[in-house]
Amino acid sequence: MSQSHRIDGGQIDRSRTFRFRFDGVGYNGHPGDTLASALLANGVRLMGRSFKYHRPRGPMTAGSEEPNALVELRTGARQEPNTRATVAELFDGMRAQSQNRWPSLRFDALSVNDRLNTFFTAGFYYKTFMWPAAFWEKVYEPIIRRAAGLGSLSAKHDPDVYDKGFLHCDLLVIGAGPAGLMATLTAGRAGLRVILADEDFRMGGRLNAETFTIGDQSGAGWAEATVAELASLPNVRLMPRTTVIGAFDHGVYGAVERVADHLPEPAPGQPRQILWRIYAGRTVLAGGATERPIAFPDNDRPGILLAGALRAYANRWGVAVGKRVAVFTNNDDGWRTAHDLAAKGIEVVAVIDPREDGPEAGSLRAIRGGEVVATKGRLGLTEITVRSGKGRLETLRVEALGVSGGWNPNVNITSHHRSRPVWDEDIAAFVPGAGGPPGLMAAGAAAGRLSTHGALASGQAAALEVAEALGKQATADTLPQAEDAPVNIRPLWQVAKEGRAWIDQQNDVTVKDVKLAHQENFTSVEHLKRYTTLGMATDQGKTGNVLGLAIMAELTGRSIPETGTTIYRPPYTPVAMGALAGRSRGREFKPFRLTPSHKWATEQGAVFVEVGMWLRAQWFPRPGETHWRQSVDREVLQTRKSVGICDVTTLGKIDIQGTDAGAFLNRVYANTFATLPVGKCRYGLMLREDGIVYDDGTTARMGENEYVMTTTTANAVGVFRHLEYCRQCLWPDMDVQIISTTEAWAQFSVAGPNARNLLEKIVDQDISDAAFPYMGAGNVTVCGGLRARLFRISFSGELAYEIAVPTRYGDALIRRLVAEGKEFDAVVYGTEALGVMRVEKGHVAGNELNGQTTALNMGLGKMVSKKKDSIGMVLSQREGMVTEDGLRLVGVKPVKPDGKLEAGSHFLPIGARPVLANDGGWLTSKVYSPHLGCDIALGYLKGGTDKIGQRMRAVNLLTGLDTEVEIVSPHFFDPEGERLRG
Amino acid sequence: MQYSGLRVIWEGLTGQKGWGPMWRDPAPKTTYDMVIIGGGGHGLSTAYYLAREHGITNIAVLEKGYLGGGNIGRNTTIVRANYFLPGNSEFYSHSLKLWEGLEQDLNYNVMHSQRGLINLFHSDGQRDAFVRRGNAMINQGDDAILLDREGVRRYLPYLDFDNTRFPIYGGLYHPRGGTARHDAVAWGYARGADQRGVDLIQNCEVTGIDIENGRVTGVQTTRGAIRAKKVGIVVAGRSSQVAAMAGMRLPIESHVLQAFVTEGLKPVIDHVVSFGMGHFYISQSDKGGLVFGGDLDFYASYAARGNLPMVEHVMEAGMALMPMIGKAKVLRSWGGIMDMSPDGSPMIDRTHVEGLYLNCGWNYGGFKAVPASGHCFAHLMATDRPHEAATGFRLDRFATGRGLMDEEGTGAQHNLH
Repeated sequence: MSQSHRIDGGQIDRSRTFRFRFDGVGYNGHPGDTLASALLANGVRLMGRSFKYHRPRGPMTAGSEEPNALVELRTGARQEPNTRATVAELFDGMRAQSQNRWPSLRFDALSVNDRLNTFFTAGFYYKTFMWPAAFWEKVYEPIIRRAAGLGSLSAKHDPDVYDKGFLHCDLLVIGAGPAGLMATLTAGRAGLRVILADEDFRMGGRLNAETFTIGDQSGAGWAEATVAELASLPNVRLMPRTTVIGAFDHGVYGAVERVADHLPEPAPGQPRQILWRIYAGRTVLAGGATERPIAFPDNDRPGILLAGALRAYANRWGVAVGKRVAVFTNNDDGWRTAHDLAAKGIEVVAVIDPREDGPEAGSLRAIRGGEVVATKGRLGLTEITVRSGKGRLETLRVEALGVSGGWNPNVNITSHHRSRPVWDEDIAAFVPGAGGPPGLMAAGAAAGRLSTHGALASGQAAALEVAEALGKQATADTLPQAEDAPVNIRPLWQVAKEGRAWIDQQNDVTVKDVKLAHQENFTSVEHLKRYTTLGMATDQGKTGNVLGLAIMAELTGRSIPETGTTIYRPPYTPVAMGALAGRSRGREFKPFRLTPSHKWATEQGAVFVEVGMWLRAQWFPRPGETHWRQSVDREVLQTRKSVGICDVTTLGKIDIQGTDAGAFLNRVYANTFATLPVGKCRYGLMLREDGIVYDDGTTARMGENEYVMTTTTANAVGVFRHLEYCRQCLWPDMDVQIISTTEAWAQFSVAGPNARNLLEKIVDQDISDAAFPYMGAGNVTVCGGLRARLFRISFSGELAYEIAVPTRYGDALIRRLVAEGKEFDAVVYGTEALGVMRVEKGHVAGNELNGQTTALNMGLGKMVSKKKDSIGMVLSQREGMVTEDGLRLVGVKPVKPDGKLEAGSHFLPIGARPVLANDGGWLTSKVYSPHLGCDIALGYLKGGTDKIGQRMRAVNLLTGLDTEVEIVSPHFFDPEGERLRG
Repeated sequence: MQYSGLRVIWEGLTGQKGWGPMWRDPAPKTTYDMVIIGGGGHGLSTAYYLAREHGITNIAVLEKGYLGGGNIGRNTTIVRANYFLPGNSEFYSHSLKLWEGLEQDLNYNVMHSQRGLINLFHSDGQRDAFVRRGNAMINQGDDAILLDREGVRRYLPYLDFDNTRFPIYGGLYHPRGGTARHDAVAWGYARGADQRGVDLIQNCEVTGIDIENGRVTGVQTTRGAIRAKKVGIVVAGRSSQVAAMAGMRLPIESHVLQAFVTEGLKPVIDHVVSFGMGHFYISQSDKGGLVFGGDLDFYASYAARGNLPMVEHVMEAGMALMPMIGKAKVLRSWGGIMDMSPDGSPMIDRTHVEGLYLNCGWNYGGFKAVPASGHCFAHLMATDRPHEAATGFRLDRFATGRGLMDEEGTGAQHNLH
């Protein structure tokens, strides 16, 4: 199709032609076009449908504030819903589809909603759909959900890559219009490290859309020359296609760079977008201003644009949105559109200005005191009706109408710390108020300096202020000559005429809705927003909010500043979730921590399991084993029969040293540690401040003032953080140093009757029972001189040791242990066998240490020493926590040996109904014990100690399992502990 | 005025002229029987139930900003009854039952939608804990279904099952869980209370609490002194500050919790999905936006806004769980001030001052509690006895250690709940 509405000029590369498709129809455009400018050039004004009434819509703006021209861009898994055609940079082969319409954009069945608009007013849904009650979820809501929403996600995994990075600078300049360019130039020449970020792909801001001159150049030419100079400065980083999305604490700004959105797809390895965390010493917001509309009947038709957008399409993109146009403006800036379009040879039939005293019309026809009171054209504007100051109605045939109600400075980011903008009567707009983010100042139009000269001057002044604050010398060069027209405006918010006049175009909020909100007492701007959905569309209220609250102000008789604004929140424009997530997804969501034996275990075909961040071997299948239980049973039986080896590196390890180390341990552990002799270790129970058990583990005294603490795998980080808090905040006077050595040591458990026999083959020292008794600990060497730590401790209940070597020897040690263990038929066991053996022994682990249970609950009440103070001791003795009928740890066995148990089942008395009153507690951990030949479990049972020997039921209502069980001691295996002392 | 479909049609045909104000804007009187400090969800529902259940209508609700402007206006709208500790179980069960009749009770469509909540688990240990929880839910009379991996896939086929850091073992499905239109809940209760004669007074900040001889006598406000025999404090994140006016130091820390909504999208997520390994929860509103949140920002704050690290953390969890949302664009983020309690559970109780009552400690789970919180607080204020569904929410449980309800098991470190 020919580009029927393309005119001369503009910053597009006419030497190259891009082919693209919209709703399956092929068109041509040029590099430098947006999807919207290219479609408009092809005479296509209809690009979307509104949210509620499915009104036909075309672009209203030429920027990121666009509420109407939203499309689904690309196809397949890369389909991006709600893409603003006005900022989508055209590329060759682009595919875009219209959205929120069925069956087609021109004929949308749901536009029936528009006919029903008299019923579908603001908040009507709060007043109906209540009868019959069951119909809400079954009938009404499904229909509403299907009708709601805008574009569609593909429901496929996003194939694109996103990246993140940090940047630091003296000065961040947001926006590369005249103010931002001047600020950057001034600061850049002074040697400041400056980042200039602009959301557009072409820097220059409004200068690209205007016919202004700066000095002896065109505005766009000046911008281009300035950008070229800035590009030559090594201390200036230019970031086009980069939107600063928010101001956060401590001078941190978030910014999203669209790296590959202007390409058909990212190059291999190239991120689609990058989230930058910019740490800025100072910031100048030069984000410009956004034009606002005027509410008049049917002001939403395709072809009705903001006046500034209409001339942007003509000046920047060489597009005549319509060949016959009119302008409706309450301020002098709108007249620029008329003059620029006329100069381009476009027929401007009239400028309608509600003021009697607008600027000289020149050759243009002015309708002074006039207002647009009606429009026509279902799928595109065909005519407008104008009412002159004398009340005479006149119909004008036009293809496009430019509307200007004035310009709103883009104050958003200045209010991200919840300061409120203030109303400036002179320009009839909100400007940044006090109390914005520290270090941030606004310049140019964002600060209400709406002329080109004002922008240049305030940009330069801001940079000078920043340079001075940072102790740098900057020069105030003479500013080039530029227009400095005053803002002549007389606010006009709505035209007094029956009909539907849109405020928030996307969400179909009309003046009637604001009136209804007022009538129903939703007069606070926050209520207005929430009740009518004003400002909740994808443009975040950039086009409609001020208009809406001004109309509410008129209705209530309050002033606009009294009425106030809603709160501006990040992000400045909507941001893809993928960009905020970056690479932390899929397998890279969290790092993997691998144990020192991981490589060896992989070679053995081990099955791994995620344990927090760690990957641990769960079991080691051998040929012929088809069920995991076969492997686990073998590992358990062989360990108890001979010897087994297990990688326990994941347990937290903390070195604690200093003359007060013993006293420190006495305070953080509930039981006594000060008396622990050198060369011994002890089981320690750590409470939280509230008296609940936090963690357990063994701590060994390696020297006079040297201890090694072990923690559970799950709490390794938390315990270390806790100890640091105690050391630094609670008792800073203590001479204690701590360091986490979890990653420094590879640690293996060697357990079973042959454990000593195996270790004797590699440990250089005497480890006989006499030389290295139960609970012994010490520094040793292995394999002829490699330093190691040896602890005689047992989780399995067997004669057992834990041997630790520096991590880099872990792989070698597991191979050596396995090789030396051959003569004993040693097995390596995984976490499942570990779990079986500890349950057989009645040791508590994660499921019992759930952060809700006391030492008393666990049967370890006596461990809490009353002879000394320790964290949690006092609160553990609160009356409600020491009751006799409280939960106690018990063992559970099915009465019938083949009876099944499931962890999480609740205890119920035999014959009792499953209601809360009968609930006796729950099963925490369940395993199959190859020694007892049946399922066994641990559990917390109310008054459990007294119920040993009794029968109850373990009931899992989720699976229907209901098993009669016997309550037994939690120590199923070797309750006297003879084996571990052997 | 009764709302109905017929009324909507009638008003549509007659120019919407018949709709009256949803509530009045009365000037504060000098004396009331009761004053509720805080015009959020809990305060408004308290006033509603005081009027409806106890016939006490000479009440003022004092709100420093606009009605429903606190946490009820900034949350992820999830409604559920999946607690498992005594005290919490019966309370949230009671609340869910109130939700289930709320539209008809209030004659206001709060769009309570029982679309089902699925809590995913990613290890044997997590499954065991969810089995325990599910059984407690059923014992309480609520519903829970254990899903295995394939069961989850049937409901949530778009999750990443294959390339995931933490494999999905299964989920606990709570069919009666769901969402509601949060603002509408505040408005519905406000309208109901107003209709029954309660004065809802906006832009009226309480600056002092008057106490004589150990008895509350009224409050000082920016709109003058107001006398009252009974005063209820229901101010969520500001609880510590308001209680301090009565000489109390509460075991509450205020933290910021961010939440997010995307641009409107055609329906793609039908349930409420909760991802424990990343602490991420998401649903899709009837309007089409994906509504989701995650952890606290971790530092105590009254700022009602958050920072990038937690924004990124939440998005990472979302992308790890359901990588289809990468091209959904975040439209707005906001921060609420959470009244974090030592055990993660609330307080509805009397105080050391006679006639002064306290309702706080909702952590980041207060939305679902709005009906029962108001219902039980109204009962307490009217009768001076705790409602049977809220006997566990005692302020002295931290002193006695009896009936602590630390569902997360993280202890008295407020920001870890």
